[in-house]
Amino acid sequence: MKYVDEFRDANTVDRLLDALRRRATRRWTIMEVCGGQTHSLLRYGIDEALADVIELIHGPGCPVCVTSAELIDNAMELAKLPDVVVITFGDMLRVPGQHGSLALARAAGARVRTVYSPLEALTFAEKNPQVQVVFFAVGFETTTPATALAVLQAERRNITNFSLLVAHVRVQPAMELLLQAADNRVQAFLAAGHVCAVVGYASYAELCRRYRVPVVVTGFEPVDLVTGLAACVEQLEAGRFDVENCYGRSVQAAGNLHATRLVDAVFEVCDRPWRGLGDLPSGGLRLREAWKHFDAEHRFPRSPLPILETTGCRSGDVLSGRIKPPQCSAFGSQCTPEHPLGAPMVSSEGACAAYFHYARTSCDTTASPATIECR
Amino acid sequence: MNALPNFACPVPTSPAECMLLAHGEGGSLMRKFIAEHIVPRFGQASGESLDDATVLPLLAGQPVLTTDAFVVSPLFFPGGDIGTLAVYGTVNDLVVRGAEPLWLTLSMIIEEGFALALLDRVLDSIALAALRCRVSIVAGDTKVVPRGAADGLFLSTTGLGQLLDLAPSGAMTIESGDVLLVTGPVGRHGIAIMAAREEMNFDPAPTSDCGSLMESVAALRAAGVRPRAMRDATRGGVTAVLHEWARDCGRTLVIEEARVPVSPEVRGVCELLGLDPLSVANEGTMLVAVRAQDAEITLAALRSVGMSAQAARIGEVRERRSVPVVIKRALGREQPLIEPSGAPLPRIC
Repeated sequence: MKYVDEFRDANTVDRLLDALRRRATRRWTIMEVCGGQTHSLLRYGIDEALADVIELIHGPGCPVCVTSAELIDNAMELAKLPDVVVITFGDMLRVPGQHGSLALARAAGARVRTVYSPLEALTFAEKNPQVQVVFFAVGFETTTPATALAVLQAERRNITNFSLLVAHVRVQPAMELLLQAADNRVQAFLAAGHVCAVVGYASYAELCRRYRVPVVVTGFEPVDLVTGLAACVEQLEAGRFDVENCYGRSVQAAGNLHATRLVDAVFEVCDRPWRGLGDLPSGGLRLREAWKHFDAEHRFPRSPLPILETTGCRSGDVLSGRIKPPQCSAFGSQCTPEHPLGAPMVSSEGACAAYFHYARTSCDTTASPATIECR
Repeated sequence: MNALPNFACPVPTSPAECMLLAHGEGGSLMRKFIAEHIVPRFGQASGESLDDATVLPLLAGQPVLTTDAFVVSPLFFPGGDIGTLAVYGTVNDLVVRGAEPLWLTLSMIIEEGFALALLDRVLDSIALAALRCRVSIVAGDTKVVPRGAADGLFLSTTGLGQLLDLAPSGAMTIESGDVLLVTGPVGRHGIAIMAAREEMNFDPAPTSDCGSLMESVAALRAAGVRPRAMRDATRGGVTAVLHEWARDCGRTLVIEEARVPVSPEVRGVCELLGLDPLSVANEGTMLVAVRAQDAEITLAALRSVGMSAQAARIGEVRERRSVPVVIKRALGREQPLIEPSGAPLPRIC
């Protein structure tokens, strides 16, 4: 398969790994921002292959994982209203809020559907004018253009039974927050390739300068990832702190102007609470005033649910890179993909799920994936 | 009271365009429905006498029985429909157990208002699939439920067959050194259903592998191979079968990702949506475990049949390690293959 096979070629990967190991004079700490990258790194064993020269810290780039429990509760409450159908991406269904999950709410009679695109939700609304369709809009900059397009099309096609529960988040403020932390150990970033395909990477230049940290735009296949890591190491060894693009087949410096224009027309930057990280200044997007009539929180105002005590889940420490998933005492025992305590164990981009599926355990040890030691 | 010679009953007795509750209520409409739609397709035994039960001839071999329900959505998909699924699914359950399928029963739960023309299409599919598998439909039932109480059409088939020679010795008998084979590209059914349901408009549209494994199993028998185990890899896909076998035999099954055949269409969709083709359902593809010395002859026999022309050797059985199923990934790294906790796609069969 073109654009896939050549980027998974074992010989190429081996050659790149060797070159990287030779270049490194010490062990560097690098964060891959995106959960998709985390999964690839673990699936192909790249973390293990480079363990002597790179410590990988897994970043917060899993939009499902950072969606606040309050918003999930809100979505569940909306789905329980008569004549309301909540539509979202499949990954969101099993993520626990404080009062259950959308999947449990659906089993109890709430109306919840899944789609692959917000435009499908819009089509559903058009075909079912008797119900109110709320699209639970989750995602980083990668998914916001499609949500913006859905709003613009709803307006154009006069579809009035469609609204959004917006949970969109922005990745760069989260990177800054991590760099500002007193206990920050991140020395370089692999920036999320797909986010950069939309928003470009020019805005990272300032971050690189201010925090003296290299940022390398990186894809998701093994060759991409090792190339990105090698570029980080090269910069760190040479004492440079630049933004660099190692995902040229998808990303241009300015991003996708058509997409960013759509987003700017519909959304504006806002502060947003991130699950595990807390309130993040400029960490999210909300509908502009002119599009408030598509805001589900505006259309269906309700009083907030009581905040419950937290479970034993340490997803905040995982999402900020303070611990690796197996260092959480619940990992693999109380918390599994079947019975997740936190979102990172549910989502296909979550770091805990990545460790559970691709655990760096030897298949011959007596340890189960649940009890493996963290390096 | 005088008779009313010209009284017209409001219940429609002329052919209805769609299924009515009365079609399942045992009256004249039901009798007419069976006479016009069921008996012509499935023969006298299927309903002419409307007896409560069918008496079957004595079997030469041990009887083998299986039953399955079908709730697939959408009812029609590239490569098949709920009718072909209901026949091939049950027939395959019998043949992978080493039986010759002989008779099927067919129960239909139909939603009120379901178009008769669509039901006819499904019944035609069932009749054709049954003919191809040389099985007779010898008993059946029709229920019509009020609108909203079912989604269009649900089917259930029960299959009865007789055990043949060289039937698999069972997953419990799988031993270290045994070889694992798959009869064709994996994940086609689940992806075809998903693409059809979500109206994804892929070109070419992914096609289900829905079909009978009878000939493939017959080829193995003709080659004199007695497999340790055979299983059609339906819900949960190849991954689910491997885990079941590992549990049954207490050993570790090791497969190589690069050796598992996957069609370009399925691979493309899985890459796009982040699915693992190994855990996606099949409806005409099975796993076979054989002794190492039988591996080559098994592969040749399978490849001689159209349904399993792309059969491949994908792995082997080892002594028990810490994980039950191990996969060698593309870059040569061994990892545990985790059993999926639930289906990525509901209502695929």
